[in-house]
Amino acid sequence: MFKRLWYNARARSVMAQVLIACVFFGTLGWLAWNAHTNLTQRGIATGFGYLSDAARFPISESLVAYRPTDSYARAFLVGLINTLFMSALVIVVSTVLGFLLALARRSSHPLVNGIGTVYLEITRNTPLVVQLLFWYSLVTINLPSPRQALNPLPDVFLSIRGLFFPSVQLQGDWLLLVGTLCAALLIWLGLRPLRRRRPALPLGRWFLVLTLLACVLAWQWGGLALVSDAPQLRGLNFVGGTALTPEFTALLIGLTLYSAAFSGEIIRSGIDAVAHGQWEAAQSLGLRPWTTLRHVIVPQSLRVIVPPMTTQYLSIVKNTTLALAVGYPDLSFVITTTINQTGQAIEGLVILMGVYLCISLSVSLFMNLYNRRILRTERP
Amino acid sequence: MSTISIPTQTATSVAPIDRRDGAMHRLFGSVASSIATVIALGLGLYALSRFADWALINAVWPGESGATCRQASGACWAFLGEKLRQILFGIYPPAQQWRPAIVCVFILVMVVLSLNPRQWRLRTVGVWLVGMIGSLALMQGGWLGLERVPTASWGGLPVTLVLAVCALGVGMPLGVLLALARRGSLPVARFIATCVIELIRGLPLISLLFMASIVLPIMLPAGMTIDSLLRAGIALTIFSAAYLAEVIRGGLQSLPAGQLEASRALGLSWWQMTRLVVLPQAMRKVIAPLTNTAIVMIKNTSLVLIVGLFDLLSSGRAALTDPAWPTPYVETYFFIAAIYFCICFGLSRYSMWLERSFKKGELR
Repeated sequence: MFKRLWYNARARSVMAQVLIACVFFGTLGWLAWNAHTNLTQRGIATGFGYLSDAARFPISESLVAYRPTDSYARAFLVGLINTLFMSALVIVVSTVLGFLLALARRSSHPLVNGIGTVYLEITRNTPLVVQLLFWYSLVTINLPSPRQALNPLPDVFLSIRGLFFPSVQLQGDWLLLVGTLCAALLIWLGLRPLRRRRPALPLGRWFLVLTLLACVLAWQWGGLALVSDAPQLRGLNFVGGTALTPEFTALLIGLTLYSAAFSGEIIRSGIDAVAHGQWEAAQSLGLRPWTTLRHVIVPQSLRVIVPPMTTQYLSIVKNTTLALAVGYPDLSFVITTTINQTGQAIEGLVILMGVYLCISLSVSLFMNLYNRRILRTERP
Repeated sequence: MSTISIPTQTATSVAPIDRRDGAMHRLFGSVASSIATVIALGLGLYALSRFADWALINAVWPGESGATCRQASGACWAFLGEKLRQILFGIYPPAQQWRPAIVCVFILVMVVLSLNPRQWRLRTVGVWLVGMIGSLALMQGGWLGLERVPTASWGGLPVTLVLAVCALGVGMPLGVLLALARRGSLPVARFIATCVIELIRGLPLISLLFMASIVLPIMLPAGMTIDSLLRAGIALTIFSAAYLAEVIRGGLQSLPAGQLEASRALGLSWWQMTRLVVLPQAMRKVIAPLTNTAIVMIKNTSLVLIVGLFDLLSSGRAALTDPAWPTPYVETYFFIAAIYFCICFGLSRYSMWLERSFKKGELR
């Protein structure tokens, strides 16, 4: 009986699976049970009730209003917005830089190619944390105090407190201008069937001129004016203008340069994947190199580029957690500060992990949709 | 009669010189490339001269004191010369530092030896296993009259190397298991493997390190503690296992189905099929991406800085706190980056060479 069961493939697979499930979920359950007993023994209250308590720590930079009397939940929100803002900036800038790097690496010009290769090898073969700390020390150590701030351009100040430059604000009734721009966008989208049918019409040029005219009119009508706000030294720091803190600058430079190297290699392999005949065919049709790149090569290489690029963008989002090393208040920074203050380690890490999982899943969902769209253009 | 001349063969057989191949043409062939040449040369020379000013001409060389460094405008290499042992070995007792030095040399020599494809056999694995256990015992001490050094005072390069080797060495079999489970026929195993891989790949490494360093102690029964170095090692191992598993899965997927059918037709058991047919072919296909993952993991060990372990980077930072010296952050990071660069750049060149030599083998 047992012998028959032992040699029965189905029975064996069921037994193996039951065993695997028991070991896996048993270990998890054991860890959770230990955690539960330890926490009750030490009298640590579990749960997310503390989120509404006052955070009582300052956050050096935030895009939404925040005071130390606000709740932990608000502090987490500030951190999350900082994380998303930094990720979006790095993704955009590093993609552009990566494209340029890919072109440089493909170039037959020995100097351009050489500089691209040296940059690539240096950034790819050293740890990101070391690079971030390197940039941070470069940004902070060798700069003067605010009173002796460097003044390379009028109203631009570079000191140990960061880079200060005049901010430009729009004053007046800007609703009309925004309305005009939205209307222009809608009309352009509405014209799409016509553009498809009559590609020879110089619609784009006319449309651009008309939109510009409408914008100028809306500008005048709304009585808009650009007002600049220059930074001024008050006491020990600058007031007014826009400020880039050293932490922000170091993180932005470090992450962008590091990610651009990886994006560049992905883009380069995508361009390389397009058959050489495509270049020659486009050339024999009389297309210029730039037009060839834009209308022939890039659309085809996108199919190769998008899947690895998704992974790359996700790793950029995950790499922003290294803000901890330089002290930029992103989500992980705020959460570790909170864990140090409250001791609610499990809850804090669950929030951190949950947020990153959500971001990962939604980015890959979005990129998969985009991927499907560019794949569909293959055969109409 | 002799007026007819026959054109000599040599005159026509010489290929016309293609002017587009010359270096001069590439540098100054068109307006655009001339501009690029001038800009690249200008920028490159400027950067090089600034760097030479800082690193060579105005630098303070080993042997000088901290006060000289404060005066000079260039790099303070004297600091690195003075603190070299502290950066490389952390706060390990200075009289005992020959032990971590032996461990470092052993690991580096073994890595170089194992790079040769001829050494990929069971004996090498055995040497690694025995050697690593011996290294850990040597670092720990407490036997044969060796002074006992707790892991809290380990630091520097040996910690980085041990973490990297363990994360990859233990992560590899785990990754193979995860990949096999994900590609296998058991639904429960497939489900668990998929969940684990996707979960870990979706999380930043820092959150796993925090989990291991803060939450893991709470999750163990009272009285049972795990060393902090081991906890970071566990987090790094699980992380690398998930990434290695995805790479290996790529190799498994590229295997033609005929191989499996053929081995089943020969009557091989699942275990024999996996060991003799599937894994050797699948692993061979993904050696280059595996090396890249290894490079990423070596770089990732520097993140243990954030949970307060003394790897190469953190012991470098610790050395900077000496008040007798100025704080040459840039020079220290430069030095640490150079060590990482040597290891990672070497490995990446190796993976390219390996890929080429495998391709050669397939073309024959």
